[in-house]
Amino acid sequence: MKKLLASLVVVNFLAACASTSQKVPDPAPTQTNTNPSKPYEQPTATPVESKKPDSFNMDPLKDPNNILSKRSIYFDYDKYDVRPDFSATVDAHSKYLNSNKNRKIKIEGNADERGSREYNLALGQKRAEAVKKSMSVLGVSEAQIETVSLGEEKPKATGHDEAAWTENRRADIVYDGE
Amino acid sequence: MNRLIRPLFVMALVLCNLANPAHADINIEIVGTNAQRFPIAVSGFEGEASLTQALTPIIRSDLDRSGLFKLIETGPAPLPSDPAQVNFPDWGKRGADSLLIGSVTDQGGQTAIRFRLFDVAQKRQLVGLEMRVKPGELRRAAHRVADVVYEALTGDKGVFSTRIAYVVKKGKTAHELQIADADGAGGQTILASRESIMSPAWSPDGSKLAYVSFEERKPIVYVQDLVTGSRRRAAAFKGSNSAPAWSPDGSKLAVVLTLNGLSQIYSVNVDGGSPVRLSKSHGIDTEPNYSPDGQSIVFTSDRGGSPQVYLMPASGGDAQRLTFEGSYNVSPRFSPDGKSITFIRREGGRFNVASLDLATRQTMILTTTELDESPSFAPNSRMILYATEQGGRGVLAAVSSDGRIKQRLSVQAGDAREPAWGPFTKQ
Repeated sequence: MKKLLASLVVVNFLAACASTSQKVPDPAPTQTNTNPSKPYEQPTATPVESKKPDSFNMDPLKDPNNILSKRSIYFDYDKYDVRPDFSATVDAHSKYLNSNKNRKIKIEGNADERGSREYNLALGQKRAEAVKKSMSVLGVSEAQIETVSLGEEKPKATGHDEAAWTENRRADIVYDGE
Repeated sequence: MNRLIRPLFVMALVLCNLANPAHADINIEIVGTNAQRFPIAVSGFEGEASLTQALTPIIRSDLDRSGLFKLIETGPAPLPSDPAQVNFPDWGKRGADSLLIGSVTDQGGQTAIRFRLFDVAQKRQLVGLEMRVKPGELRRAAHRVADVVYEALTGDKGVFSTRIAYVVKKGKTAHELQIADADGAGGQTILASRESIMSPAWSPDGSKLAYVSFEERKPIVYVQDLVTGSRRRAAAFKGSNSAPAWSPDGSKLAVVLTLNGLSQIYSVNVDGGSPVRLSKSHGIDTEPNYSPDGQSIVFTSDRGGSPQVYLMPASGGDAQRLTFEGSYNVSPRFSPDGKSITFIRREGGRFNVASLDLATRQTMILTTTELDESPSFAPNSRMILYATEQGGRGVLAAVSSDGRIKQRLSVQAGDAREPAWGPFTKQ
């Protein structure tokens, strides 16, 4: 499956290089796709014009212009519901996971430093589970998602103010091998 | 070693042990005392000047720190240990209601400590005891004497010879689990890690400590033997393992696992085995703590929409909500006498130690600090140890269960957190 992904990237690259609309060789992904209703992304369907030259052979997960590079879902104080402003991020990763059944993610829940450490550990878990649930609703397989909580133990922002707390109320999506 | 009596209302004692550089020194500052205090004169003990560690300075500081005693100056020289030579009317005039005298003698390598506590007005001996200790046990022996005095005068068992556990964070990544005497002296590191350590819990006999360590990149519950130093994983299941609580008989641990996604309370045998699920909710259930009789478990749950304190049978089953005021009540712990529960309440952005009287259902906020966490009762139910913040640094503090007496303990060079007061132990 990884080979397939690599060939898709190469095809995209070729398609972008072609200044005229030449016929691009079909990588024939359907041979390995067991789900005909959800075919793999066809190279011709890729909006190549939106890509900048330096991102041609970039992993979409790491392409800063791709929403898939957004990995953090932020939460309100004491809350664990996925806010509407992060539904696009969750949607994009769900689509990616649905199209790449071989990829697995770990969702790491975090909490700000205030209050009980144990409760914050549970709250981080609940945040991670909330993201997982949103993805499950969008068809992502349970087997592709693992949830963990870091509670308040691994703060990304180390300050003791509202800005730091906001940054630390977060769930991060980490892909396998990252 | 005798010192002039110090100001009682605000005083800082630096308790050092230079002999062992691994010791963590803790400052203790008393910020409040009881209105009614027992005036007591603690005379220097005959012969203690020859010891490596004088006893009476420790006894005095223990009694003083409790906030329940007013120390009457005795002067630098020890009083005669013979009661016949004690001038009781003179001590009465100096304001002492009780008087402690004693002596130490060498008994073939051991130190024999004899002491007597008198009611000054009645010229009556309240307690007379002798104990024999090894040279390395002098500090502990002094705490024992203070315990005897405390019990004779207040009617409650003293906790000066008990121990506390806590976590110190030094720099960005160094975490140390330490154990110290209740006065903060003699702190020793029993686990050092680059990852977080939290939720230390004493076994009922005080011989082991259960705790959560992130050293394997996820929370796992360990049980460590404090005598041998050996340890093993007590809960290392899929997902997260945390919040260990010992059953009063020491055979089981209530732990929080995420086997089905969300945090729920399970029971595991201390010797291993399959977890048995105790709590059943669609939300967070965490921070279990057994009642002293082992019949119930108090815990935190957000099943009603906000974190609140609940009570359920120790075997699981229907839970009863105990807290109703406020939108954040967490970290409940039973008092050892079973009469009350301490917990943390958030109110207007402040996190304070509170106590709930189980008979009257009255709640009292005990502290005026702002970011309190992890309350735990002293084994005599009279004091509550907790973590708070001062000047951006984690410090340990204690408050009497009626809120009147407050102490601050601050571990030097580091953030102190996650304190747990140990149980009474046998001699």
